[in-house]
Amino acid sequence: MKQQIIMKLLTGMAGLGMVLGVATAHASPEQDKQDLIKYYSTKYPNVKLEDYVYGALAFDPDSKAQYDAIMEFPPFDSQIDAGRKMWETPFKNGKTYADCLPNGGKMIAGNYPMFDETKGKVVTLEDVVNDCRVANGEAPFKLSDPKTIGVLSAYMRTLSDGMIMNVKVQSPKAMAAYEDGKRTFFRRTGQLNFACATCHVQNAGTRLRSELLSPAVGQAVHWPVFRGGENLVTLQGRYSGCFKMIRAVPPAEDSTVMNDLEYFHSAMSNGLPMKASVFRK
Amino acid sequence: MRKLHQLITACALGAITLTGSAFAADTAKELTGKQIAFDRSKGNCLACHAMPTVPDAESPGLIGPPLIAMSARYPDKAKLRAQIWDATVANPSSSMIPFGKNGVLTEAEIDKVADFIYGL
Ligand code: HEC
Ligand code: HEC
Repeated sequence: MKQQIIMKLLTGMAGLGMVLGVATAHASPEQDKQDLIKYYSTKYPNVKLEDYVYGALAFDPDSKAQYDAIMEFPPFDSQIDAGRKMWETPFKNGKTYADCLPNGGKMIAGNYPMFDETKGKVVTLEDVVNDCRVANGEAPFKLSDPKTIGVLSAYMRTLSDGMIMNVKVQSPKAMAAYEDGKRTFFRRTGQLNFACATCHVQNAGTRLRSELLSPAVGQAVHWPVFRGGENLVTLQGRYSGCFKMIRAVPPAEDSTVMNDLEYFHSAMSNGLPMKASVFRK
Repeated sequence: MRKLHQLITACALGAITLTGSAFAADTAKELTGKQIAFDRSKGNCLACHAMPTVPDAESPGLIGPPLIAMSARYPDKAKLRAQIWDATVANPSSSMIPFGKNGVLTEAEIDKVADFIYGL
């Protein structure tokens, strides 16, 4: 039954409109997440839910063992250190990031993206950092720039290590943004005609050539990642990469489309623990 | 023109092979059907399909069924070609790329790939 719903969502615009019509009335983010988990766990009863945070590694013990070995001495430590220096360096006015972020910036990453009722839109943790800079008379970073906000956020997320992902969708406007992100996730696009869901729902746990595909649940908890050990990739940078893979023009990073996608996508990891930066091949 | 092809292929008539070959015979001159099927920027069929009878079909993906005994399973080659042209006709939620409909391969390239696959 649930499987059918997901399949319907995957069948493209005509089916999608209909199913979403129903979904808007009934499906909460929690229900959507449970539907996905049911879909995966029916196919892969031996993979534990808590292991979904390891993505494709959860389906491949050998790669997971390699990953564990690399993570004992993470090759990206110096970048986390650089991020810490950025975090600790006061603005020209003497204030710091900790002064203007909720809870001093600790154990907050799992609350983002958040629907900002005043602004009437989804804001990411990176947006909030930039707001903080601007409020203190500093120039905003170019969002998703690996060298600035990327490095800083890699450190910031160590301050939320272990926090449970807790993205909330409460008002009707927030729900509309969530639905927008969900639509992007399930809509086929690009010359190759894939939806995110084609790979990360329908074929999760399966090999695309030599790449094992990770499930959508658990994908949002460990960003940025360091690919090949040192190459910092932000979450929206990864979305862009996947859009390009299917020969679609990626939406601009930090656009409403991307932020709504991140909102939906992150809510699918609700209940799972955040993990500061990880290695990816 | 494209619309026309779509209709024809949807009905899976044998005629498409003929109309198809009117296209771009020269653009794909150099590549064989096998090369087009293997090339990652062209068919990249191995991303999803094993080809158990082809020795150099290495590290295939497992998303689609293995391509084997095709002429026995698809006595009508046009059906095989139609599957490659637009897999979403037979299965709307197919993960397979609609190679012809979306212009990923030219009509002539699809002919060659269909010939190659038919021989597996
Ligand atoms: C054609 C297949 C394909 C499509 C379509 C696709 N991806 Fe991916 N994606 C991959 C592959 C391959 C990887 C690397 C292996 C993995 O972790 O799944 C990946 C990795 C990811 C990761 C990183 C997971 C991690 O823990 O490192 C995220 C996040 C992601 N994709 C999100 C998306 C989103 C959002 C979309 C839609 C915009 C999308 N993908 C569309 C194939 C795809
Ligand atoms: C991204 C995945 C993907 C790629 C790339 C792909 N296919 Fe497929 N293919 C599938 C899936 C999945 C099926 C199963 C039927 C369906 O869902 O459409 C399939 C089915 C088929 C079938 C029918 C097989 C049968 O047993 O009836 C043929 C023939 C075929 N593909 C040929 C090709 C050729 C030739 C190429 C490359 C030019 C190719 N495929 C590329 C995913 C793919």
